[in-house]
Amino acid sequence: MSALIGYGTYVPYWRLSGKGIREVLGTGGGKATRAVAAYDEDSTTMGVEAARDALATAPPGFVPEAVYFVTTSPAYLDKTNATAIHAALALPQHVAAYDFGGAARSVAGVLELVRASGALALVVTSDLRTGLPGSADEASGGDAAAALVFGAGDDAIADVLATASLTDEFLDRWRVPGEDASHVWEDRFGDSAYQPLARAAFTDALKEAGVTASEIDHLVVSGLHARAVKSFVKWSGVPAGAVTDLESRIGTSGAAQLGIGLSDALDRAQPGALIVTVALADGADVTVLRATDGVRNAHGRRIRSVTDQIDGAHREVSYGDFLTWRGRLDREPPRRPNPAAPAAGPALRHKDWKFALTASRCDSCGTRHLPAVRVCVKCHAVDRMVAERVADEKAAVATYTVDRLAFSPAPPLIAAMVDYAGGGRAGVEITEAQPDEITIGTKVEMTFRRLYTADNGVHNYFWKARPVREDD
Amino acid sequence: MASTGIRDRVAIVGMGCTPFGEHWNKGADDLLIDAVGEASTSSGIELAHIDAYWVGTMLSGTGGTTLSLPLKLDYKPVTRVENFCATGSESFRNACYAVASGAYDLVMATGVEKLKDSGFSGLAYAGPPDDGTEDPTSAPAVFSFLEPAYAEKYSVPRDVMKEVMTHIAWKNHQNGARNPRAQFQSEVSKETIASAPLVAGSLGIFDCSGVSDGAAAAILCRAEDAHKYTDRPLYVKGLALAAGSGAGVLSPEYDYTTFDEVTRAAADAYRQAGISDPRNQLAMAEVHDCFTPTELVLMEDLGFAPRGSAWKAVLDGTFDLSGDLPVNPDGGLKSFGHPIGASGLRMLFECWLQLRGEAGARQIDTGKTRALTHNLGGRPGRCVSFVSVVGSDKDE
Repeated sequence: MSALIGYGTYVPYWRLSGKGIREVLGTGGGKATRAVAAYDEDSTTMGVEAARDALATAPPGFVPEAVYFVTTSPAYLDKTNATAIHAALALPQHVAAYDFGGAARSVAGVLELVRASGALALVVTSDLRTGLPGSADEASGGDAAAALVFGAGDDAIADVLATASLTDEFLDRWRVPGEDASHVWEDRFGDSAYQPLARAAFTDALKEAGVTASEIDHLVVSGLHARAVKSFVKWSGVPAGAVTDLESRIGTSGAAQLGIGLSDALDRAQPGALIVTVALADGADVTVLRATDGVRNAHGRRIRSVTDQIDGAHREVSYGDFLTWRGRLDREPPRRPNPAAPAAGPALRHKDWKFALTASRCDSCGTRHLPAVRVCVKCHAVDRMVAERVADEKAAVATYTVDRLAFSPAPPLIAAMVDYAGGGRAGVEITEAQPDEITIGTKVEMTFRRLYTADNGVHNYFWKARPVREDD
Repeated sequence: MASTGIRDRVAIVGMGCTPFGEHWNKGADDLLIDAVGEASTSSGIELAHIDAYWVGTMLSGTGGTTLSLPLKLDYKPVTRVENFCATGSESFRNACYAVASGAYDLVMATGVEKLKDSGFSGLAYAGPPDDGTEDPTSAPAVFSFLEPAYAEKYSVPRDVMKEVMTHIAWKNHQNGARNPRAQFQSEVSKETIASAPLVAGSLGIFDCSGVSDGAAAAILCRAEDAHKYTDRPLYVKGLALAAGSGAGVLSPEYDYTTFDEVTRAAADAYRQAGISDPRNQLAMAEVHDCFTPTELVLMEDLGFAPRGSAWKAVLDGTFDLSGDLPVNPDGGLKSFGHPIGASGLRMLFECWLQLRGEAGARQIDTGKTRALTHNLGGRPGRCVSFVSVVGSDKDE
């Protein structure tokens, strides 16, 4: 059996409020606020960020045997997306990487298989959720990612006491391949289908674990059917203070929702705390966990809690930009040639730079080069380079500009030359900043992004820089 | 020694240059035919007597046939060269060396660019297939890095920097207004320049060179043969080219207030030409003013002003048409326009007119006989730079 030994999350910088939708459409939108992936993010890039966050909480030196990536909004079909995450994390080739998805329920199945496997595993869940303009899915969906790390029992931060799973076939929601919005059946029908499944699985799991609902310290209920989730929480009798409720602030993030909720519970869990997750998707999957003393180790290594990620630096996106970013507004493109697709050969040859942001340092004179090169610019030594990953290093802006001419899916492009803490300079694109937030000396950190999608559908992934914010 | 040089071994005996601008009714072929034709007819040298040709273009053709096909040249050696925005100078440089080597008696260097067929404003070209991580920043953006860096290093207030940039654009428009071949032939007020919409950083539209179509050509021969063709030849005094290793974009030590490639090329060209005090020895200079901060930095890199002082010299009018050292008397890239492959030869064309006293309304009244061209390609920190010195008389 594999034990849960680490966790991490990623909540994007942007928010869309129901008010923002209502101001344009005149109706709908609801009362909540949702998280929004930027124009340069997708399920893969958010997965990378969550995975980096999760690996930081794992025991030092941990390397998984496999990466499992779960999403209902894959950037590619046929081609594995987990390999880009694998590359961005600079994992060696003997570490496997697989995609799972299609249905939001996939995550429950993958977690069950991984737990039973005994393998060292990194499960990355990530989703972009939206719907037709004005729909409940659009307003209540959320974009986010979560990653869970599995390893040896000695490192466990929470032990699984019991699980229960019930399955049924019914038309709650569906999406035909190629569609970018779901269809849903009448709300009350789904609720009536979910309640018996959820209640039975919950009861079975608690019984097997030998605990009662009143002992639960943290209840995490996930599911795209809001009414069913709400009804079940009410029925469970677990007091509101013990129920994780992030949805009103970031939305319902599909395949990532379970991991986000569990991570939030783990952030707050004391050793011995009882945590129950209930996932409602084409059935019900219930897991009963008890936090171990090890959860304190994870707390100590955690970079930022889920709450800090939600409440920290963020900015409201206009509904017009939101629609544009999701491809629902066909706006006049910049009067520049569309950028070329990255070519397969160069992308493979420079994989360590493009995906892992790995520089080279001259072994003879110590000069660092970004990107990695074979000949030293300073002492001209040939093939004396040592690889150095700089993705997790901070850098400072040496000079910068606001480029109103260059192609960008969201002009103007902010470009900067940045100097890394460990030496070396590179030209980078700045993301998640207004021009007046950048000046010479501004501290930045690197983030994995999708620069653009070329005309042939190839996504151009590379790293950008974003300001290190004081309240982070 | 960096280079031996070919001082006074090669002469320019004929030149041609089309008007630069938006030539919707002319292709690269037409522009080449026009420029080559002017060089030939104005010098009386028939194309049949030219032994070899060079054609410089970055985006408007590949191969020597770029020139031989439109001009229907019969089986002459034609070499196409390219070196970013210094392409025109590279055509000239290689042609000079062919003559100096003794391989040919009479050669022609040509350059052309047809930019306005792309359908885009600004420069639009795709490099070789790559991994998608190349800096997407536009040309004005990378050159806009110079302005805040210069301001910071020399404690020049940003509003004064804007005045300096505005003066450079204003001066080059003043000069262009006196040039019937320039793309922009109107004077522009400083208020209009300073309040123009921004393109990148603090660069407004008037801080950027014109995107244009055009061609230029020069006929070269051995210096001793020059007077067979013209009474007033120009002699090649020095030719230098420096290609950088990209150290600037890799190294935190580079501060964006200089082009190392330019200082190296200038030192080499001055040594070949015997120039020790460029500010006082040169009659004029044509420099690569792709963007106004570039011209500012070049004044220091080319030794026209001490480090940190060029901004004052610009404001004092030192480089105006009536100043001590007129810079870009023909309007420069800013006003004459910048058809990439032609620009280096266009700079030479102005030296040809000025040193021969044929520059009309913008003729510089000077007894000095040396002129400089400077051509740059690439971006700050990673570029190629060309510098030449030509003169209307032979040294002893």
